Amino acid sequence: MGLSQTTPHGTTTTTFEPSNQESWVATRLDFLVNWSRSKSLWPMPFGTACCAIEFMATAATRFDLARFGMERMSFSPRQADVLICAGRVPFKLAPVLRRIWQQMPQPKWCISMGACASTGGMFDNYAVVQGIDTIIPVDVYVPGCPPRPEGLLYGIMMLQEKVMREKMSDNVIRNEMEPDPKSGLYIPPSRIDELSEPFGNSVQQTRSGL
Amino acid sequence: MTIPFSPVLPGSASPGAAPPATPRNLPQKGGEPNPSAAAIAAKFPALFVRSEVIWGDTNVYVHPHGVTEVVRWLHDDPAERYDYLSDVTAVEFRDFEQPLEVVWHLRSLPYRRFLRLKASLDKREPLVVDSVWPIYKGADWLERECYDMFGITFTGHPDLRRILMWETYREGYPLRKDFPLRGRFSRAEQLRQALSITTEGRYSMEELSVAQAFEDLPEDMRRRLAGGERTGE
Repeated sequence: MGLSQTTPHGTTTTTFEPSNQESWVATRLDFLVNWSRSKSLWPMPFGTACCAIEFMATAATRFDLARFGMERMSFSPRQADVLICAGRVPFKLAPVLRRIWQQMPQPKWCISMGACASTGGMFDNYAVVQGIDTIIPVDVYVPGCPPRPEGLLYGIMMLQEKVMREKMSDNVIRNEMEPDPKSGLYIPPSRIDELSEPFGNSVQQTRSGL
Repeated sequence: MTIPFSPVLPGSASPGAAPPATPRNLPQKGGEPNPSAAAIAAKFPALFVRSEVIWGDTNVYVHPHGVTEVVRWLHDDPAERYDYLSDVTAVEFRDFEQPLEVVWHLRSLPYRRFLRLKASLDKREPLVVDSVWPIYKGADWLERECYDMFGITFTGHPDLRRILMWETYREGYPLRKDFPLRGRFSRAEQLRQALSITTEGRYSMEELSVAQAFEDLPEDMRRRLAGGERTGE
């Protein structure tokens, strides 16, 4: 939806002019729904570590998350639209995060904030989940350790842009991802192992005892 | 009229009294030992192993089977009065021959003394030591953590189960030297096991209603529980 234009500088911009739309009534309704959804996201803060401090700074006066329609923090997943996972998630918290995600009603989105939530970060050890995308689907990853509030705001604006591109006719994205009933995982175990492989300097740190 | 400023420093008995001396330039070994070390050696010659002074703190090594006796005496004796247990932990060394040490940090608030009590456990034998829970109730979670991380069984502990890792954790004891940093199972298997935990397995409101805490609950919560209402979610 919308018309992508490439400027002479090489950047692509998308405009939402009425004349650019495909089918007038449906797309106008899409635009209205997406506009209202993206401008009134209610975040569910799932803060477990220092990223949550930056998240609080984002919500406070200087950066003022309320400018983006996220005035109301939803501390109940049942009234939330976007789960912001800020901080490392230990394995003991994995079923809790999964349960919270399942309790959120559709439409829902997820922002993985910071290196630990996205990849496990520096905690490549026995206790920490190597990326929450192995538990729940993630829409936007915000890099940083921890990300500055500007970084989180940029991630939120990216999510708003993603919401603006949704179509009611294409509801695949709204399908609830059902995990495999036997293993509880929704991506294959081999993929998880591949994603969790140590990388960089971390490869040298398998201190397996005596 | 100005009121003279007289701060009450921590540890000083009254305003204006000299503050307690801060230890400086401590030698790594040697120095003035805690008088309790000599008292233990005199009182329990069969249980006392040795004592040393490291960075100004006194370590006393005792036989593991006599820990409860020594700690109870330290707690009860009017000349010792170790009324505060700050920590129970353990140390494992990379040298496999070297025994695993269980450490109790004891503090005597009336006499301002600090004593580090240690017991060496041979790693080739079952790691069992007596619990000090009957003496210090605060040892409950400390010993559970020590059991969780090192696999040391504290006999006499009322509720010895894992505290940091979940109760069905099967990979072993993470702070042992033979434990790989990333755990024993693959990431997918770890995640699968973690996701199969029932988070409300032990701490649900229904359990609370069975426990003795029922009478202490607020009136409305008791009424709801008595009516069989599910409050877990």
